[in-house]
Amino acid sequence: MRYSIASLLRNALSYHEHWPQAWRSPAPKPRYEVVIIGGGGHGLATAYYLAKNHGITDIAVLEKGWIGGGNTGRNTTGIRSNYLHDASAAFYDYSVRLYEELSRTLNYNIMFSQRGLVSLMHSDAELAQADRLRNALHANGIETDFMTVADLAREIPLLDTSPDARYPVIGAVRQKRAGTARHDAVAWAYARAADGLGVHIIQDCAVRGIRREGDRVTALETTQGNIAAGRVAIAVAGHSSVLAEMAGFRLPIVSYALQAVVSEPLKPMLDTIVGSTAVHVYLTQSDKGELVIGASRDGYPSYAQRGSFGTVEDMMAAGLALFPTLGRVKLLRQWAGIVDVAPDASPIVSKTPVANLYISTGWGTGGFKAIPAGGVVFAHTIALDRPHALNERYGLDRFTSGRLMDENAAAAVRH
Amino acid sequence: MLILPCPWCGPREETEFACDGEVSSVSVDPATASDGAWADALHNRTNRKGMHREWWCHRRGCRQWFWIERDTATNQLRNSGLPGTES
Ligand SMILES: Cc1cc2nc3c(=O)[nH]c(=O)nc-3n(C[C@H](O)[C@H](O)[C@H](O)COP(=O)(O)OP(=O)(O)OC[C@H]3O[C@@H](n4cnc5c(N)ncnc54)[C@H](O)[C@@H]3O)c2cc1C
Ligand SMILES: [Zn+2]
Repeated sequence: MRYSIASLLRNALSYHEHWPQAWRSPAPKPRYEVVIIGGGGHGLATAYYLAKNHGITDIAVLEKGWIGGGNTGRNTTGIRSNYLHDASAAFYDYSVRLYEELSRTLNYNIMFSQRGLVSLMHSDAELAQADRLRNALHANGIETDFMTVADLAREIPLLDTSPDARYPVIGAVRQKRAGTARHDAVAWAYARAADGLGVHIIQDCAVRGIRREGDRVTALETTQGNIAAGRVAIAVAGHSSVLAEMAGFRLPIVSYALQAVVSEPLKPMLDTIVGSTAVHVYLTQSDKGELVIGASRDGYPSYAQRGSFGTVEDMMAAGLALFPTLGRVKLLRQWAGIVDVAPDASPIVSKTPVANLYISTGWGTGGFKAIPAGGVVFAHTIALDRPHALNERYGLDRFTSGRLMDENAAAAVRH
Repeated sequence: MLILPCPWCGPREETEFACDGEVSSVSVDPATASDGAWADALHNRTNRKGMHREWWCHRRGCRQWFWIERDTATNQLRNSGLPGTES
């Protein structure tokens, strides 16, 4: 069924009791041409583009919990393309362009809101770095504008722009096309669209083992039985190393907990994303009115989806330094996701040492913005057994050749 | 918040320490290693979900290094020791 004003009216008349399921829940078949492990945004988008762009529809997406229950449903939904390196800028800007059309493409309201991202500067060194980044972005066709303290005081009135602030702000760089989207909706939209093209989405199905013959995967051992596969694609974020170990190799990935919090709902007070790399926190306000606040990852490798209290304390201290007026606001929820961090903070969308096994990982603290483009290039890599032009630099081979792509220093938020 | 046992100062809060990641299981000679072996030692990690050994430095305390066994899924702590006894 197509979602439209007509379907909305029709279903309103029957008290919304007859909406069809957005996707089926089939029992797994014994074999699929492609099996994707991980029903997050990346796995689901990859299934959709494999079907849509490459005509491969004999696909299963295996998700150990529920789709979108991993980092995709836990992230703060910042979408931007202000990356320093040419290859990153091209990749992430393509993703932002896909996001601009996504509600229409998938016939699902993902609530993409281009409210802009404001990166605050507190020192001359940061201003100099910002010039370099802005020029690099400009050369890649990605426009940003510089905001003075007066601009900031006018546009973000609750931000402390006074010279005696704890960390005085001296300017900011803004990407106006940056924004936010509803995270679950992105997973659900891709799931529904992929299902419509014949993809099987199988929840509550954890992969426990990977069967190999020589340098090929033959089947997966899952909690719903063995499933044979022509090709296998791993898109499990923080659990990438666990899956790689099942297949017999190691990855340049470390898993960390990354936390976020939301406040009680407030009246509209912040209509953009504001972040500071130096003080290290970023805030947005959701459509429900909650302040969504994020900061750095925890300091040690972790699969414990709980997070360190010290990190939350630092995040709050930083948030209050920028917005002292929030001192009496209560937090409603805190949570963590397990993120997959590569040494150069760039993703890995690649073939692997196993011939018919592919992996998409290294999305770390910033892979929500990458879901549409990540899906396109991973589907291309799986379908044609070679990278798309936009992920040529994201291969595992870069760790042997030494051609890393370090986005650590360049990111608008420290990783 | 983890409470880590510094071998010199005793139990202290995690915020006093810095973690330097897993104790590496590979060691290679950069002068003779192949590119692949060198890349493996330099970049690849086991990144275990479960009990592993990792390095910590009591950075805001005595500044000494030690290793500890921690379960990365539950944060349960086990043995620890001084450099030289890690492998
Ligand atoms: C707190 C937080 C804030 C963030 N903020 C931002 C942000 O502002 N902007 C941004 O762009 N990115 C952000 N990110 C990063 C972003 O969320 C991730 O990079 C992105 O969602 C990764 O998508 P994914 O599909 O690769 O992983 P996931 O959504 O985690 O999906 C992987 C799935 O694999 C499943 N799985 C794991 N093991 C198995 C198995 N053995 N068998 C079957 N299934 C398995 C998991 O259950 C999970 O559902 C943030 C992350 C966190 C945690
Ligand atoms: Zn000590």
